[in-house]
Amino acid sequence: MFQRNSEQQLFEETTKKFLDTSYPTAKLKELVDDASGYEPAFWQQGAELGWTSLVVPDDAGGGSISTQGVKDLSLVAYQFGLHAAPGPLMGSNVVAAALGRWGSKQQQLGPLAELLSGQAVGAWALAEAPPHDRLGDVALLATEIEGGFRLQGTKSPVEAGLDAAHILVTARSEAGLRQFLVPADSPYLTRSPLHGLDTTRRFARLDFDGVQLPTSSLVGAPGETEGTVNWLTDLAVTIQLAEMCGAMRWAFDTTVEWAFNRYSFGRPLASYQEIKHRFADMKMCLEASFAITAQAADAVDRDTPDRSELVSAGKFYVGRNGPELLQDCVQLHGGIGLTFDHDLHLFLRRVTTNAALFGTPSQHATRLTDILASRGVTT
Amino acid sequence: MTDDHVIESVESFTARARLWLAENMPRTQDSGRRAQPSGHSDEEELAHISRNRDLQRRLFDGGFAGICVPADYGGQGLTTAHQEAFNREIRGYEYPAETQVPTLTPCMSVILEFGTHEQKKRHVPPILKGETLWMQFLSEPGGGSDVAGALTTAVRDGEEWVLNGSKIWTTGAWWADWGLCLVRTNWDVPKHRGLTVFMLEIHQPGIEIHRIEMLNGSREFCQEFLTDVRVPDSQRIGQIDEGWAVGTRWMYHERTISGGSPYVTSPAGRPAVALDPTGGAVALIPFARRQGLLDDTRVKELIGEAHALSLVGTALTRHIAEEIRTESMTNQAAAITRLWFGSSAVRNSTICFELVGANAVAWSDEDNDLGQRGVRFLMRQASCIAGGTTEMARNAISERVLGMPRERTVDKDTPFRDVPRSAPNR
Repeated sequence: MFQRNSEQQLFEETTKKFLDTSYPTAKLKELVDDASGYEPAFWQQGAELGWTSLVVPDDAGGGSISTQGVKDLSLVAYQFGLHAAPGPLMGSNVVAAALGRWGSKQQQLGPLAELLSGQAVGAWALAEAPPHDRLGDVALLATEIEGGFRLQGTKSPVEAGLDAAHILVTARSEAGLRQFLVPADSPYLTRSPLHGLDTTRRFARLDFDGVQLPTSSLVGAPGETEGTVNWLTDLAVTIQLAEMCGAMRWAFDTTVEWAFNRYSFGRPLASYQEIKHRFADMKMCLEASFAITAQAADAVDRDTPDRSELVSAGKFYVGRNGPELLQDCVQLHGGIGLTFDHDLHLFLRRVTTNAALFGTPSQHATRLTDILASRGVTT
Repeated sequence: MTDDHVIESVESFTARARLWLAENMPRTQDSGRRAQPSGHSDEEELAHISRNRDLQRRLFDGGFAGICVPADYGGQGLTTAHQEAFNREIRGYEYPAETQVPTLTPCMSVILEFGTHEQKKRHVPPILKGETLWMQFLSEPGGGSDVAGALTTAVRDGEEWVLNGSKIWTTGAWWADWGLCLVRTNWDVPKHRGLTVFMLEIHQPGIEIHRIEMLNGSREFCQEFLTDVRVPDSQRIGQIDEGWAVGTRWMYHERTISGGSPYVTSPAGRPAVALDPTGGAVALIPFARRQGLLDDTRVKELIGEAHALSLVGTALTRHIAEEIRTESMTNQAAAITRLWFGSSAVRNSTICFELVGANAVAWSDEDNDLGQRGVRFLMRQASCIAGGTTEMARNAISERVLGMPRERTVDKDTPFRDVPRSAPNR
């Protein structure tokens, strides 16, 4: 997908081998009813490989493979997609990135260190339930009280919301957006499991009914949090994109192989022009998805002025066309593609779920127009 | 050929180009591209072409024409990295858009690849100087996508060939100078084995040019009728009856127009082919604002979609070019980019039409730019037809990139004269 240097190749290969042995698809199906969907020991081994430290600055205890941490993380996410792998990759990395950049020394020494080692899991509570479910809509209220803040509202869905020890909560205060690092065992915080399409991941609804937090739980200064949340959103979407690329790649390769081997009316499916042309369209979609994902990751890494534009263009395009590619793979498989036994649904679940979270394709298209209109661009 | 001089670094080249452009090339007034072809009078068209020749000459005199063309043939002998750097620097300046396609690619690309040393010496420098503009005499009225089924025939007469037949879809043949022409030289062998390629002067006795009127009023496209046109054998490109070897590379170079050709000068981020001279859906933001539509989520989604497609197209072009350059993909993958620009231009045209609504089908003088969105919609499929249809691109992707079985053909082993053909239709 991306151009990789030799360190990145080696790193990705290690991740691939680890996922190959830890999470064959049969194992994923065994874990369908498991509370976490993954084994904590495997997550800690992944953390040792570097999965949690790539987008955390060196002086906060992190470290990238290539100095392009977002790109490195995208390679892990790509492999996660390619294996439909479980584990709190998104939550732990987003929270670690936030603490590594804007967290206090205390937050870095405690919670961040635990996230980096894989000992604890992180979750980012950004999304809210309808009618506040549009990208960027935050209604959960943070009211200033003596010595701290009180949180009132609901976050949903929150990936790994039940497993997480450290929850980064985005809230609205009188001074605009603020973010808090909330311990999972805080009084008046209720966490309830949600049903989910993706059998490898777990989501929760978090109700904050007057959760009281000390000022020291703030992450980042007022006034800069709007920008921080934007950056974290772009990071989260980039992880999603890379995962979708991996899952699309698996489905495409598997379906190409199927088309060569499956005979109907005395000839392989791959010899019918109607079907060849659909593969051509899918191939174009796959390569376009790779291309924009690589560009988006690069833009987030370098924090370029067109960062959000490229990320939203990616989310629009891959989010709109990724699920379609998967559905076309199902169609080309016929009935077998709709069975639990076949592995295709694991990847369909992954792509579909990613498409809908952290902004739907339509919402990212809208975000693009907002960016253009605010710049007064006319050409 | 030995090449023992040290190549200028891209950084130094870039700095030199930046300085030179600022001093020598005019800044673009508007988008830098021609407006509506249908809105051009012949005089305006000729003035535009003359301006284009002048701009190409300036590049040549400044040492920036043919950046990847060997110095022996009037070029700079540099690398694609230099060309890419120049494409970045030339943003915001006028440039000779009409020279790029089809003169530099595919025509000059084919001459450089298959021409003899003498042919390259004679034809490449005038191209780089802006003196000659070339056209493709490739499609035929009875042919469509099946270009190897050419009926235009050349019969040898001593040191000359005599050509008869008809070619079609030649852009601007009435103002161009030379044509690259694929003809049949042997009817008694299967179709791919009886073709030959010639270079010919367009304006000569025996070539009658008929201008075709398109549904948008454009008269850019031409059909040529060739009657006993005499071409010296020295203007043959490649071997007799082996023109298909030239033809396949010719069509490959044609597909690189959408991105990836080392010979095309074009401001970075802008495809070498004008997909929508009206500027795409993003240019409709002021219109949407005027109409109070910028609060309408549906409108914002459509504009955002068009912008996303444009950004993804740029990323895809770069990605595929890189994959081909590093040999991670066959050069047939250029068909992926071609398919992208066909289908995304179609979508863009539909989005624009939908955004403008009733103004696109009935408009007043002052709303002419909105009416043009309707006209563009009528011409929408051009982006999926011109330069090789998207169906052919899908064949190339599935067969040449993914290795799927080729389509069955009935004409492969039959002498061409016995192959069934369409009835003459024009």
